[in-house]
Amino acid sequence: MWDLFVRALPLLAEGIVVTIFLGTTSFALGSAIGLLVALARLSGIAPLTAFAVAYLSIFRGTPMLVQILLIYFGLPQLGISLDPIPSAIIALSLGVASYQSENFRSGILGVEKGQREAAFSIGMTSWQALRRIIFPQALRIATPTIGNRFIALMKDTSLASVVTVVELTRVAERIGSATFRYLEMFVIIAAIYWGISTVLSIGQETLERRMARAF
Amino acid sequence: MTEEKPQIRVRAVRKRFGRLEVLRGIDLDVKRGEVVVVMGVSGSGKTTLIRCLNFLEEPDEGHVEVCGREVACGAGRSRERSSQIRHIRTHVGMVFQSFNLFPHMTALGNVTEGLVTVKKMPKREAIVLGERMLARVGLAEKRDEYPSRLSGGQKQRVAIARAIAMQPDVVLFDEPTSALDPELHEEVLNVMRGLAADGMTMVVVTHEVAFAREVADRVVFMDEGTIVEEAAPAEFFARARHPRARSFLRLMQHSDPEGGAAAERDGQSLALGGNH
Ligand SMILES: Nc1ncnc2c1ncn2[C@@H]1O[C@H](COP(=O)(O)OP(=O)(O)OP(=O)(O)O)[C@@H](O)[C@H]1O
Ligand SMILES: [Mg+2]
Repeated sequence: MWDLFVRALPLLAEGIVVTIFLGTTSFALGSAIGLLVALARLSGIAPLTAFAVAYLSIFRGTPMLVQILLIYFGLPQLGISLDPIPSAIIALSLGVASYQSENFRSGILGVEKGQREAAFSIGMTSWQALRRIIFPQALRIATPTIGNRFIALMKDTSLASVVTVVELTRVAERIGSATFRYLEMFVIIAAIYWGISTVLSIGQETLERRMARAF
Repeated sequence: MTEEKPQIRVRAVRKRFGRLEVLRGIDLDVKRGEVVVVMGVSGSGKTTLIRCLNFLEEPDEGHVEVCGREVACGAGRSRERSSQIRHIRTHVGMVFQSFNLFPHMTALGNVTEGLVTVKKMPKREAIVLGERMLARVGLAEKRDEYPSRLSGGQKQRVAIARAIAMQPDVVLFDEPTSALDPELHEEVLNVMRGLAADGMTMVVVTHEVAFAREVADRVVFMDEGTIVEEAAPAEFFARARHPRARSFLRLMQHSDPEGGAAAERDGQSLALGGNH
């Protein structure tokens, strides 16, 4: 297996870079969208709330694989053709946004009611109260679930292989089919995914510990 | 010379939560520099009343005029009205029963937050003023501590500093000592005495009899959403007329048969009065 690993290393390295790129970009975009969806849901404005609820229901009620296939293979029929990587990023972002919006929402709802009132009592607008008082606390409350979602997303990036994005899983498939050493290749990438997840969860624990100490 | 307008003018204010009518026609004037203590049994509407004064609670009916500005009650939310309400809030400080300090900010951060974010004061200037406010409540050396590292009494004093840093015309207090262990009451009450001595207009919901006797210009007694008695403290504690007020005072005297904190406190407070 070692010889195979050494020979595959350059391709694996490229795959790792693409995997991490997909994961981080989709996470950043998805978090931004998720925050907007959470705010829409909490806005108390009926059409916005309805939109947010529908969004959640659709994206959490359908497999991410189907969402990716729909965007890459389905949209061209409507004249919208996207490259594999943008398709994957859009699908992963929209998917993770549905989870992130729930994480943000429960974080925001987890902040004591008195905090909002104290913010209002010194004359803040709703937006100032959210940005300066509520959100920093909500983020801390939601850090564990947000971290878990990031780790899950890193693994979900393997779905991009079905739309020909050459990320880690696709690399393994290619080398496997060229050498007929599928077993070794998939063991190798499983180990790599495991390594990425482990590093991330150590980072998550450190972050949580530091946040607990901050105040 | 014309009579100065009251800082707070409340007329016929009503407020209901669902089917429960919590305020049933409140009239109240608070003049500049006056200290008004509000008493009443649990559920009589004291908290709701003072929350109506800075529109944390929206009165359903009536008029509330603060610092010469009237905001229409029960008028829904318009952009203009919201900004009117925010304007009033910058002139009315509030101190909560449970402090409600911002846990992610230091003591100084709590005090300067409104100055920087709401008043758009330059940061340096805010820090100078913030430090002065912390010194005023005796906590200059705690400027960099987070609330979790402060005692309850210190938290409440920071909360007072946060309220007065905005340089309000009126400060509202909702049972500022009742979440504190009895030995911590005095440090908070002393800060409040200092404010009163400096001429701050204050509306204080509290059952601290000694404080009311010594500092209040007037005691207002609420029962079931109305003000049933209003008198100078000496008068009120000696000769309350309304039966509910009398039984309330009797209850306070004999409160807490387990001999807990409240009894100790009331015993001490009432002893100072010498009228019982
Ligand atoms: N947001 C709310 N929704 C529904 N009912 C409420 C709300 N706030 C207060 N109430 C009810 O209104 C009544 C008056 O409450 P309020 O808090 O003003 O009384 P209080 O005099 O401050 O009592 P306490 O001494 O216990 O603090 C109570 O019966 C309370 O349950
Ligand atoms: Mg109350």
